[in-house]
Amino acid sequence: MGKLDKFVQVGRVAFIANGADSGKVCAIAEIVDQNRVLIDGPCTGVRRQVCDMKRLHLTGFHLPLPHSSRTAVVRRKWLAAKLDERWTGTSWAKKLEARRLRASMTDFDRFKCARAKQIRNRIVSVAMGSLRKTSSPKLRKPNKKRHLRKA
Amino acid sequence: MAPKAQKKPQGKQMAKSSAPHKPKNSAINASRLMKYSRARIFQRKAAYKVKKVKTPAKKSAEKAAAAAAFVVKKIGGDKNGGERKVYKKTPKSLPTQVASRKVQLRPKKTFKKHVRRIRSNLAPGAVLILLAGRHKGKRVVLLKQLESGLLLVTGPRKLNGCPLRRVSQRYVIGTKTRIDISKVALPERLNDAYFRRQRSAKKSAASAGGSADIFAKSDAAYAVSAERREDQAAVDKALMGAIKASGDGPMLRSYLRSLFSIKSGQRPHAMVF
Repeated sequence: MGKLDKFVQVGRVAFIANGADSGKVCAIAEIVDQNRVLIDGPCTGVRRQVCDMKRLHLTGFHLPLPHSSRTAVVRRKWLAAKLDERWTGTSWAKKLEARRLRASMTDFDRFKCARAKQIRNRIVSVAMGSLRKTSSPKLRKPNKKRHLRKA
Repeated sequence: MAPKAQKKPQGKQMAKSSAPHKPKNSAINASRLMKYSRARIFQRKAAYKVKKVKTPAKKSAEKAAAAAAFVVKKIGGDKNGGERKVYKKTPKSLPTQVASRKVQLRPKKTFKKHVRRIRSNLAPGAVLILLAGRHKGKRVVLLKQLESGLLLVTGPRKLNGCPLRRVSQRYVIGTKTRIDISKVALPERLNDAYFRRQRSAKKSAASAGGSADIFAKSDAAYAVSAERREDQAAVDKALMGAIKASGDGPMLRSYLRSLFSIKSGQRPHAMVF
C-alpha cells in the first residue's frame, strides 16, 4: 500500500470520476459527513454542490482554503495557485487527454496513425538490422538455414 | 304621378360595398378549427335569405341514353317484363352485392411517392465504408442520392476497383471524412434507370409466350457498356482532381485504396467513424 498522503480535507483538489461533471477537477470546500463533501470548481465549470466521496478521486494538490469559503474565495485561491496549469501538467491529466484523443479519432485518423506507426517501425527495424549485421555473431538472429547449410 | 317602383333588395343583388372584404369566420389559434360552426355561419350570413338558383335543365333524354352504359331492349314473352338492360361493353366485374367501401382516411402511398430520407452524416463527398456486397470493406466516395433513395458511389475505380454503383444506405458506414466534390460534374444520365439491371429480352419473351425452351441459357456474360466506361472515366478524372486538391491528398489516396476491418480490441459501437 502506498503513502496515505491524500486526505479528504478542506482545500483538497479532487477529480470527479462520474456524473455530469465527470472529467473535471474541483476543490473540497467543506465536509458534510463521513461520505459527502461540498465541492466547488469555479475555474473548471463545476457548480458548488454536495458530492458523494465515492464519485471523487483525490489528487495530490491542496489549496490553502478556509472551510466553507464561498465560490469567489475558491476562485481567487485557485488562480493564485495556478492549479489549471499544474493539473494539465500532471501525467494523470495527460493520460486522460491521450485517451480522449484516441477515442475521438475518425476512421481516417486511425488509418493515418497506423500508417505513421508502420513507417516509424520500418525505420527502426532497418536500423536494427544494419546494427545486427555489424555486431558480433552472438547477437545475430539465429538463421535456421545456416544450420542446414553447415550440415 | 306614377308611384316609384320600389326594388326589394334580393339577397344576391345587394349593392356592393366599397369596404374591403371582412370574413365572418376565422380560424382559432392557427389551427384547423373555425370560430363558428357551419350552422352558425349560415345564420350569421343570413344565408336563409339567399334565393337558391335553379340549375339548368338536365340533358335531354336522348343524350342520356347515349351516355348510358347499357341499352334498353325490348324482349318478347308475356311474363318477362317486356324489356332488358343490355350492357354495351361488358364491365370487368358484375358484382352481386354492392361493395362497401372503407373510407381511406390516409390512403396507401405508392412506392414512388414514398419519402426518401438520408442520414444526416451522408453528404455528397463523404467517404463511406461499404459493409456488404462485392465491394465490402472498401472505402468509397458518395456522389449523390438517387431518386429511389439509393446512394450513388464510386471508388474511384482507379483506386479500389469500385465502379459507379448504387448502394443502400443501410449497408454503409458514413465516416467523417469529406472530399469537396462541388467542382465534380456528374453526367446527367446517371439515374436509377441507368443502373437498372438488364433482364435479357429472350428470357422475358419466353416467360410471356411460354413456348421457348426454358433450359436454354439465354443470358450472355455481363459486358460493360461503352457509356459506362465513358462516365466512369469522366467521374474518376474529376474525383482524382478533387482528392489531389484536398488537404491530405496522398494520404487520402492510400486511405481509399485500403480496406476496412475491425481489429482486435476495437468496439464499433464505441468508435468514431
